Amino acid sequence: MKSESRRFRAVDILYILMMILPLVFCIVLKVLTKPLSEGIDISGALVYFTIKMPIQDLPVTESQVNSLMVMISILGLCLYLTHGMGKGQLKTRHHIAEFLVGKADGLVKSNMDEHFRNFGPFITAILALSAFSSLISLLGLYPPTSDVNIVGGWAIVVFVLITYYKAICGPVQYIKSFCDPVLLAPLNIISEVATPISMAFRHYGNVLSGAVISVLVATGLQGLSKMIFSFLPGFLGNIPFLQIGLPAILSIYFDVFSGLLQAYIFAMLTMLYISGGFPAELFNKKKIKKI
Amino acid sequence: MLEIAVGIILGCCALGAGAAMIAGIGPGIGEGNAVAKACEAIGRQPECKGDVTTTMLMGCAIAETTGLYALVIAILLIFVAPSRFVDILLTVIK
Repeated sequence: MKSESRRFRAVDILYILMMILPLVFCIVLKVLTKPLSEGIDISGALVYFTIKMPIQDLPVTESQVNSLMVMISILGLCLYLTHGMGKGQLKTRHHIAEFLVGKADGLVKSNMDEHFRNFGPFITAILALSAFSSLISLLGLYPPTSDVNIVGGWAIVVFVLITYYKAICGPVQYIKSFCDPVLLAPLNIISEVATPISMAFRHYGNVLSGAVISVLVATGLQGLSKMIFSFLPGFLGNIPFLQIGLPAILSIYFDVFSGLLQAYIFAMLTMLYISGGFPAELFNKKKIKKI
Repeated sequence: MLEIAVGIILGCCALGAGAAMIAGIGPGIGEGNAVAKACEAIGRQPECKGDVTTTMLMGCAIAETTGLYALVIAILLIFVAPSRFVDILLTVIK
């Protein structure tokens, strides 16, 4: 019994390390490779190295590494929350896990069609990935969601799903759904193509604008305090007193609130678009015919 | 002569970015209307405050999209376009 509990604890520690180590790895990598710079610094993701590819070189950037590490970290969190479930007494973390799963299922149930009952894990994965990717900027890392390539990839995945469920009754029905009034067919096709673009731009634009505004305000306050407090003797004149306070409040809004809101909206739009494009009546009719 | 050309490119990029952000007026008015209506709805039926708030935030985020398109264009004009345009200018001169 004692060895069992010791083993349980060891696995627990392993999962916690799995949660924390990727983020530490990201920070170490950033500290080691970031070039020193003074003052204003608005740049894209750092390029760690490039892989030679036949058509075009593939640059491995900070945002890709960070998003992979966030995935590993979320996996560790999930394993930790559900570790030892079903054996013996339920612990607090098991209740937390059940609560989260119940919430996600409720969200899917209230927003999607009857056919999409088992979509909970996918929606939760998108929600968690987006939320944690935005929250990683609290550690001083580059948030992967402020890179259009990452968010564009998610939007393309969602677009493939939307198209699959639209065309589930055959290609003829899929083409027919565009020409409901025949004259409006080009507009319908344009709006269909605009879906992933607008989803990607909405998420990435929100996070990036928050980052840019934060950096601009911080730099402006630095310059202002240098101007006002320059009469102080010695090193006191170099301390940016005005930078205390306001950037933190901005960070609460832009990093925490805006990031979580965008994650929620991305998941919500995914559900609405997939469920909205699905021809439910036709599908049910076909199903009855087959039986 | 080259300095003047590069200066014109940089200045026009900055002007274009500023002009693009005029689009921020639209989402501002739209979101203001949405929040005003949500406040009215909550005042009329305080019991459905949660539903109204989530729907309003959702609608606000979607209404923001047009403003964000303008923002993306402005960011491209400031951070990406000048170097591209200067490269094009140099290749044309050569």
